[in-house]
Amino acid sequence: MAIQVLMPALSPTMTEGKLAKWLKQEGDSVESGDVIAEIETDKATMELEAADEGVLGKILVQAGTEGVSVNAPIAVLLEDGEDSSAADAVAASAPQPQPASQAAQPEAAAPEARAPEAAAQPAAGPVAVPPPPEEEYTGTTVTMTVREALRDAMAEEIQRDEAVFLMGEEVAEYEGAYKVSQGLLAQFGPERVVDTPISEHAFAGIGVGAAFHGLKPIVEFMTFNFAMQAMDQLINSAAKTLYMSGGQMGCPIVFRGPNGAAARVAAQHSQDFAPWYAHVPGLKVVAPYSGADAKGLLKAAIRDPNPVFVLENEILYGQSFEVPDDPDFVLPIGRARIERAGIDVTITAYSRMVGVALEAANLLAEEGIDAEVINLRSLRPLDTDAIVASVKKTNRIVTVEECWPTCGIGSEIAARVMEHAFDWLDAPVARVSGEDVPMPYAANLERLTLPQPEKVAAAAKSVCYK
Amino acid sequence: MATISKRSARGAAERSASPRKTSTRKRPTAASKIPYTAEELLRDYRQMLLIRRFEEKAGQLYGMGLIGGFCHLYIGQEAVVVGLQASASDKDTLITSYRDHGHMLACGMDPRGVMAELTGRVGGYSKGKGGSMHMFSREANFFGGHGIVGATVPLGTGLAFSHRYNEDGGVCYCYFGDGAANQGQVYESFNMANLWKLPVVYVVENNMYGMGTSLARASAQTELYKRGESFGIPGLQVNGMDILETRHAGAEAAAHCRAGKGPILVEMKTYRYRGHSMSDPAKYRTKEEVSKMRKESDPIDSLRKVLVDNKMADEAALKEIDREVKAIITEAADFAQQSPEPDPSELYTDILVEA
Repeated sequence: MAIQVLMPALSPTMTEGKLAKWLKQEGDSVESGDVIAEIETDKATMELEAADEGVLGKILVQAGTEGVSVNAPIAVLLEDGEDSSAADAVAASAPQPQPASQAAQPEAAAPEARAPEAAAQPAAGPVAVPPPPEEEYTGTTVTMTVREALRDAMAEEIQRDEAVFLMGEEVAEYEGAYKVSQGLLAQFGPERVVDTPISEHAFAGIGVGAAFHGLKPIVEFMTFNFAMQAMDQLINSAAKTLYMSGGQMGCPIVFRGPNGAAARVAAQHSQDFAPWYAHVPGLKVVAPYSGADAKGLLKAAIRDPNPVFVLENEILYGQSFEVPDDPDFVLPIGRARIERAGIDVTITAYSRMVGVALEAANLLAEEGIDAEVINLRSLRPLDTDAIVASVKKTNRIVTVEECWPTCGIGSEIAARVMEHAFDWLDAPVARVSGEDVPMPYAANLERLTLPQPEKVAAAAKSVCYK
Repeated sequence: MATISKRSARGAAERSASPRKTSTRKRPTAASKIPYTAEELLRDYRQMLLIRRFEEKAGQLYGMGLIGGFCHLYIGQEAVVVGLQASASDKDTLITSYRDHGHMLACGMDPRGVMAELTGRVGGYSKGKGGSMHMFSREANFFGGHGIVGATVPLGTGLAFSHRYNEDGGVCYCYFGDGAANQGQVYESFNMANLWKLPVVYVVENNMYGMGTSLARASAQTELYKRGESFGIPGLQVNGMDILETRHAGAEAAAHCRAGKGPILVEMKTYRYRGHSMSDPAKYRTKEEVSKMRKESDPIDSLRKVLVDNKMADEAALKEIDREVKAIITEAADFAQQSPEPDPSELYTDILVEA
């Protein structure tokens, strides 16, 4: 059967072009792949190759014609044994072909593509159904440091599931740059606790590839400052592949390590990356404060079938807390915890800043202000319900974070409170963040850069108009 | 240089009698020197033709506005993946970057599902959410289909890590291009792969141009099979336009990995007939260069000649294969146009696995 040759689109945006030249004439035989014409657009001249074989039966658009629409028939190709009458028949009956795809008409498709559910959803809102509220742990506890709690979480999960292993720089023989993986090599051997060279980009990608194939890697970054070297693998490979594969290719992996400001290590080693990762659909992000947070959230992260970032804090590693010793103690990702109940003002914080917020609450109590401190624990998904419920009670909120103010976690909380609790607010949301500067080295400047309890207390008083 | 220099087979490809000098070796033409059966070579012919016709059809549908965005065609390079896949077992994994349609077909994925992904329809392998560059099949052990140049090398090394960790006997075939060969993460991966003796066949498909930049304009060392040298990874340089050569190299490389010797690097010297992507006016090379390659080195024409000259198939049998392949592609194109676009409710699915 005779085949119409159509004016091709040579780029995603082309709608029409000039048929510059025919390189084959009527009656010429054409092999698939032969260049038959040259097409000009405003950007380039491109060759049109035949997609089928046959004889060029009839040229419908003469060389030199401008403004030929994409998909207009420009010639008829005859198959073996057909004569030119077949070409005339096809040419005469040629209906203007309609692109079947709405993709070819983005304007027309746009309103339909906007799902009503999507429009109603708050920006970057929790995608998963929030987990059930945490039941208060009533079992026995032991006093241990955050460092030991993290270690125990990994040891228990490596023991529990053969697919779980730890990899990173200095995690095995050196037992961790911050001694978080102490004893793990001796307990589990080099197949399960793997030292890597200093190659963040590739070992992050190796972890992701192994996770695609069913392993459950825990990838330690010596600090999250170095994870920037691996950013492409973290975002483009770990976060997006499930979606791009239509749900086939899960990535059960944990990226963990110290995040945020340490002490006196200056700009390149002191930064809170929480908003960077919390921005990305396809990731979960947690930031533990206490020993129980550290153990419960890390265990949950390892068991989660998605890429989970566990943002630890170097300064918290040595602090001691009461930690549940039940090996099945796991905290739900996506739930905040009320660390201190109060009625006058809500203070949200994560990681080390929870301690700062609690100190601020003590200062405020001396002045008769009863602050409620929310330990966010999870930054993606963010527990909007807990924040909104608290604001409906206190009518005032201060956010505390180490990161820079622009597009921070505090900015996001301010937006959500406006979306969900606007009518309950008695004062604008106040944000206390790291100052908008690279971290200085000098001790006095460093102290000025980071949120201090006095500054948080002052912000709380200001929203209470006191 | 001992570990690197166009190594001899050393018992790897058992069916090959003569020691190999890869880059300089002449393609055997006499029947007695062809170590493959007619059945095997007809399978290769069919597969290469399927890829060629699929890509031509994809180009056509792109021209009609049915395929959007980026679309990178594999035409000219068919012998690379078809020859290497001949040595793959069902435990092995494959990963490649965005010129990926040929690899999917060579892994046995359904042309209808691949084509429907190109048209962004729900019948596509990724339900229309991935497109030409992002497709996957757990069933076929095909791990993508990735859009970032160089990123597949750590990912493939990770697949190999899992093969070794699970001791499942599998090998990862990890493909990248000559453009990707200049990415830093490639060498971080090479280092760990040989440090840990991971079973990975690194395949660099050297089609001579990274988009519009020729290899010589981008690379201080253009002999890409030597790029593993500092890491102790042996390299082979292979005529990637010749299915007999690619088959042979695949068998040798797979045997190397399966023997626990760690990674191997195979440079496939090949050529793409079409532009880098669809919107490439190809000003960086001459028409004469392209037509010379098509005329003198086409992998499908060459195999056709081998089959006929050696009386492994007659013209009628080959014509019949042509017809079968054409019918498969026509059906795939029809399916890809009839399958509906994904439902708007799919917008918010597949972001996270529900725990």
